[in-house]
Amino acid sequence: MSAPLLETRGLGRNFGALLAVHDINFRLEAGARHALIGPNGAGKTTFINLLSGVLQSSTGQVIFKGDDITEMPEAARVKLGIARTFQINRLFRGLSVLENVYIAVAERTGIAPSKLRPAGTRKNVVDEAMHMLETVKLQDAAGSLVSELPYGRQRLVEIAIALGLRSEVLLLDEPAAGVPSAETHIILDAVAGLPKHIGVLIIEHDMDVVFRFAERITVMVAGSVFTEGTPEQIRADERVRAVYLGQEAHRGAAHG
Amino acid sequence: MTAPAPAVAEHPAALALAGRHRVRIWEPLPWLLAIAFYFLFPKYLGFGTDLLVTILFALSLDLVLGYAGIVTLGHAAFFGAGAYTVGMLAKYGIWTEPITGLVIAAAVAAAIGFVSGLILLRTTGLTLLMLTLCTMALLEEAANLGQEYTGGFDGLDSVPIDPVFGIFEFNPLFPNTQYLYVLGVLFLCFIFIRTLVYSPFGQSLTGIRENMLRMHAVGAPVRMRLVLCYTISAAIAGIAGALWAQANAYVNLSALGLDRAATVLIILVLGGCGRLYGAFVGAIAYMALSHFLAKIYPTAWQLGLGLLLVIIALFARNGILGIFQSFLHRLKAKRARSS
Repeated sequence: MSAPLLETRGLGRNFGALLAVHDINFRLEAGARHALIGPNGAGKTTFINLLSGVLQSSTGQVIFKGDDITEMPEAARVKLGIARTFQINRLFRGLSVLENVYIAVAERTGIAPSKLRPAGTRKNVVDEAMHMLETVKLQDAAGSLVSELPYGRQRLVEIAIALGLRSEVLLLDEPAAGVPSAETHIILDAVAGLPKHIGVLIIEHDMDVVFRFAERITVMVAGSVFTEGTPEQIRADERVRAVYLGQEAHRGAAHG
Repeated sequence: MTAPAPAVAEHPAALALAGRHRVRIWEPLPWLLAIAFYFLFPKYLGFGTDLLVTILFALSLDLVLGYAGIVTLGHAAFFGAGAYTVGMLAKYGIWTEPITGLVIAAAVAAAIGFVSGLILLRTTGLTLLMLTLCTMALLEEAANLGQEYTGGFDGLDSVPIDPVFGIFEFNPLFPNTQYLYVLGVLFLCFIFIRTLVYSPFGQSLTGIRENMLRMHAVGAPVRMRLVLCYTISAAIAGIAGALWAQANAYVNLSALGLDRAATVLIILVLGGCGRLYGAFVGAIAYMALSHFLAKIYPTAWQLGLGLLLVIIALFARNGILGIFQSFLHRLKAKRARSS
């Protein structure tokens, strides 16, 4: 079998004495629809931060298509084709929704450094940004300031920006958190509409979303991989039930 | 499922983005006023020249502060660099032609901006603020100590400047040439800045201002963009300083000090950051206010200015232009509701 799209070998990161993530061997294949689950504090977001270059790893390697990118800064990884969304919105709040996506598309197409032609006359970039907004059903809000949108719709802008990067690896950190459940399908549809060869890794707490989306699931507990398998295997795994699903039910009860 | 709708480009938001760089109907107004000023107030052309130089300086600051979100308290470093470049070159008879003098001044200021920017722009927030202040203080002290070349505390006066285009003389008593010359340069620089802020590059600067972390996450070389923006802005500030030196035929430490850096910051905040014409409105408001307040209350006129600034900072974060804008917005919303 050829090299996976994205791979980690013995990846670890500590914050002082705290081992947030350690010894993770993980493969994301091209075309994967992979979910990463685990209780709070399991190190899921830290792991995504290591993959995307937001954090530098303390140990181990990150390999993209066979190339070691462990030392590569975040922006360079995006250029290679690794895009992500954030658990907590990171948007250009004072700009319009369209401008938010425009900025991403402009960076990807390489026109962002150009200084003389007005931004709005780059018709292909504007069109593509609008198209991304249609994908997440935000075209009505294209002209609004991001800060004027309700939180759930801001989450969709977050997705649209990532889509605008047309990456080969898409890392989604709880994309549906804060989105009204009636609208979570928009996110899943948008992901389903992606080209098949893209590898998608999603962190999600909503088990509904996870089982609808994922073809493969990795369970993280206490900073390392607990187990990995198909949704059926994970669903049937008593230990997972104990450490995660049980806790989820508990959490649900506590919230409810 | 995700087939593009046929009329994407006709979407109002897309149209607004495509049309925002177009010249608005009121945009020639400031320039017409500036020309009218020339004919109506021939006795105040010295003041007018000073005002135009200040506008240009404030515009350069707007580019870094208003668009890219670089907080600086040391922008007078570049103003001073430009002023001293022109002043020293002319005083020692090396270069007295004014227009090429501007180019040299811009290059020197840009070089200082580039080198300091490479170091400073690794930091943000308060650290950045202090470092910009330090850079300016270093330059100021250098100008103070290099008495042999810079004239030290007294500065350089009677700096000889050639006539513009070899025809129009700079006359310190009748600054007609100075006024029109500065107006012309301001106009050209404004066109350049305006083009820049509406370009994809300008858009990416606003992205950095709004969320630097996200800019990394869309693959933007953030620091390179910031350094470039800082360098361009330094060059324009250098031109403003050079104009100031040429128009007044002198250079002294006031070109470099915290006073000048803080004043231009106040002007921009007063007029409105990140909106091009904020520099115009702010400079006019500041100069007019200080003029009148100084007349009414000569000993403590800055108190009034301070109070106004506090009010603006508390209630109108986008300055005077911001007040206008939100007023227009409300008017439009009202009209939309009633129709």
